[in-house]
Amino acid sequence: MARQMTGAKMVVQALKDQGVDTVFGYPGGAVLPIYDEVFQQNDIKHVLVRHEQGAVHAAEGYARSTGKPGVVLVTSGPGATNAVTGLADALLDSIPLVVLTGQVPTFMIGSDGFQEADTVGITRPCTKHNWLVKETNALSPTLHEAFHVATTGRPGPVLIDIPKDVQFATGTYTAPVKGGSKRYQPQVKGDMQAITALVDALETAKKPIFYTGGGVINSGDAASQLLRELVDATGFPITSTLMGLGAYPASGKNWLGMLGMHGLYEANMAMHGCDLMINIGARFDDRITGRTDAFSPHSIKAHIDIDPSSINKVIHVDIPIVGDVAHVLEDMLKVWKSRGRKTNADGLAKWWKQIEEWKAVNCLTYKNSDKIIKPQYALQRLEALTKRHDRYITTEVGQHQMWAAQFLHFDDPNRWMTSGGLGTMGYGFPASIGVQMAHPDALVINVAGEASWLMNMQEMGTAMQYRLPVKQFILNNERLGMVRQWQQLLHGERYSSSWSEALPDFVKLAEAFGAKGIQCKDPADLEDAIMEMINYDGPVIFDCLVEKHENCFPMIPSGEPHNKMLLGDASTKDAIKEGGAVLV
Amino acid sequence: MSALQIKKGSTKHSAYNLRPTFSDVIETHTLAVLVDNEAGVLARVIGLFSGRGYNIDSLTVAEVDHTGHLSRITIVTRGTPQVIEQIKAQLGRIVPVHRVHDLTVEGPSVERELALLKVSGAGDKRVEALRLADIFRANVVDSTLDSFVFEITGAPEKIDAFADLMRPLGLIEMARTGVAALSRGSNS
Ligand SMILES: Cc1ncc(C[n+]2csc(CCOP(=O)(O)OP(=O)(O)O)c2C)c(N)n1
Ligand SMILES: [Mg+2]
Repeated sequence: MARQMTGAKMVVQALKDQGVDTVFGYPGGAVLPIYDEVFQQNDIKHVLVRHEQGAVHAAEGYARSTGKPGVVLVTSGPGATNAVTGLADALLDSIPLVVLTGQVPTFMIGSDGFQEADTVGITRPCTKHNWLVKETNALSPTLHEAFHVATTGRPGPVLIDIPKDVQFATGTYTAPVKGGSKRYQPQVKGDMQAITALVDALETAKKPIFYTGGGVINSGDAASQLLRELVDATGFPITSTLMGLGAYPASGKNWLGMLGMHGLYEANMAMHGCDLMINIGARFDDRITGRTDAFSPHSIKAHIDIDPSSINKVIHVDIPIVGDVAHVLEDMLKVWKSRGRKTNADGLAKWWKQIEEWKAVNCLTYKNSDKIIKPQYALQRLEALTKRHDRYITTEVGQHQMWAAQFLHFDDPNRWMTSGGLGTMGYGFPASIGVQMAHPDALVINVAGEASWLMNMQEMGTAMQYRLPVKQFILNNERLGMVRQWQQLLHGERYSSSWSEALPDFVKLAEAFGAKGIQCKDPADLEDAIMEMINYDGPVIFDCLVEKHENCFPMIPSGEPHNKMLLGDASTKDAIKEGGAVLV
Repeated sequence: MSALQIKKGSTKHSAYNLRPTFSDVIETHTLAVLVDNEAGVLARVIGLFSGRGYNIDSLTVAEVDHTGHLSRITIVTRGTPQVIEQIKAQLGRIVPVHRVHDLTVEGPSVERELALLKVSGAGDKRVEALRLADIFRANVVDSTLDSFVFEITGAPEKIDAFADLMRPLGLIEMARTGVAALSRGSNS
């Protein structure tokens, strides 16, 4: 149905037609016509953030916790450039976002006008696709295509740059077409010959492992269900990347825990020693593989990924399958069942025996204290006191993030929001706001480091304004802890600029915003303090003073393979060789 | 294990049409990329190459289907088989890219480039330049008493050879179009 309306109205209409209920944004001259339309309707809620980076991370939190695209509206120039970090973050973690930016009017483009920036040029390498719309008639098809591209295939952020005259002018609005744009239709069904080859391998493998990633979660609930069925039916062990936590339940009996640089000993050892590795929706990231030429040297490797460019990018695989995880798993289960559900029972029994020995190492053991709160202990208490809640966790970036991944357990997908690929400090707080907007009654906790948290602390204003009871659980070690750890291990204990100096009084800071502040430094008080945080109806900043020099283990040193993992401080001396030191 | 016995290239839609990627040998490939002729598409392609550290030896682009607004970008690039496969997969990810053809592996193809060369000189050198131009089937498209502009078409190596010969004879400027390439036979 074609209707005449202004470009600004089209934007709001298209958002409604795409089922959008929440937009995160910040106004400015070049988007005023759109804000005027937002003002005159009640279907879409607009959340005024305090910095455009916050808007994008909030939209990421919204997207990651709902499976729907997150939507952002910001102005031209500085509005757009402030959004860039969030775009790069969403691109690396495959989070679907639609970001709308205002632009100077078409007739001023190229004149270095006020708040003009080459937004499509700047964001081209950090979006999945972007558009500059120069005619009002092109606006609605572009908006609909943007949603299609963001959410189809490997999801990602897209951006539409809309000059102000295009917003004012009147044109024809067209409704979304079913099935989305014809020109972008990634393949979702896997190749049956390859799937059959994988089933062949699965039936005979003696030491198989599932290595799963964020792609399972992006594929949707059906993918997680099918994965659970497959794991339980085959009895194979399963590990996951940081991004994939929750797709298979942490309470499931085949769960080995997270793998990778700070992954669990049993998960990494099993990856190293397996004879069949089934990668489902993960991308052989360098945090996972360690040294690539010594990565899982004796395994047949299968890789299921919707993005053909992920295949053979880092690790050469033997059975590549391009397709959507849910589609491929469904076909795979069908073939495997029809052939009699065979596995190599003897081999598997021995494999599990070996894995149990690795598990017995208890790699997450740490030395607790009754004088000072150990960060691991704080997270164990948090886990115990919140796991029965309808709980969502976001994190910042650093040691606390890795400890959170190790010590918090996720039984469902979409419950864990963290910046994996880009490792963006400042992600967690705004992300928690986005999550809470999508799940108003849930318990939303951002596990933070004091340094990361300060990077987007202005969003306290947003949390207060929208009465979002987000809990900021800050593991305050007064250090850029992860940097300090690397300096200790790699740079002769020269702690160059890794102290968090001149920290604010977090309790007073909370109070200055009208929120609640809690400080805790005695392990004996911790449980009561956490309960106080949970029970408070409103935003809380929880300043948890923890051991300042705790290191995060296990750790695969840079440039080493999985079986050279460090388990504790005793094993760290000279662990990182010269070659490894150049790696990040 | 049977998994490894699937013939590469046996299915159209899986990554099995990737070639084995173990080799360290640097290969030169000519890629034909069919794209929507829309603003920024060339920047996307070039940005991909610079952002990911791939080489471009030659690049040509022009609209080839005016009603469908399709352009054809011909890229000559170098890399190990693994890098070449990555380049093709990354190109295929770009939303306005319709198809990526690797003319180097998809069977025989023809490659042509056009160049203009300005050669200045007098006496014997001038006569020799003209004689060589004739051998290479280069045309004179401009002439003054002490210079020629030659137009030459051919495979890039032929143009290289011609330019090498012209250099001692007074080559002062050259413009090349970059490679245009098509597969042989009746299929598109
Ligand atoms: C925006 C940004 N800048 C710098 C870094 C590098 N970096 C990684 S972890 C880290 C320290 C984080 O400190 P904190 O938030 O206190 O967490 P901790 O490691 O102490 O738990 C830094 C500086 C980063 N990841 N992101
Ligand atoms: Mg810290």
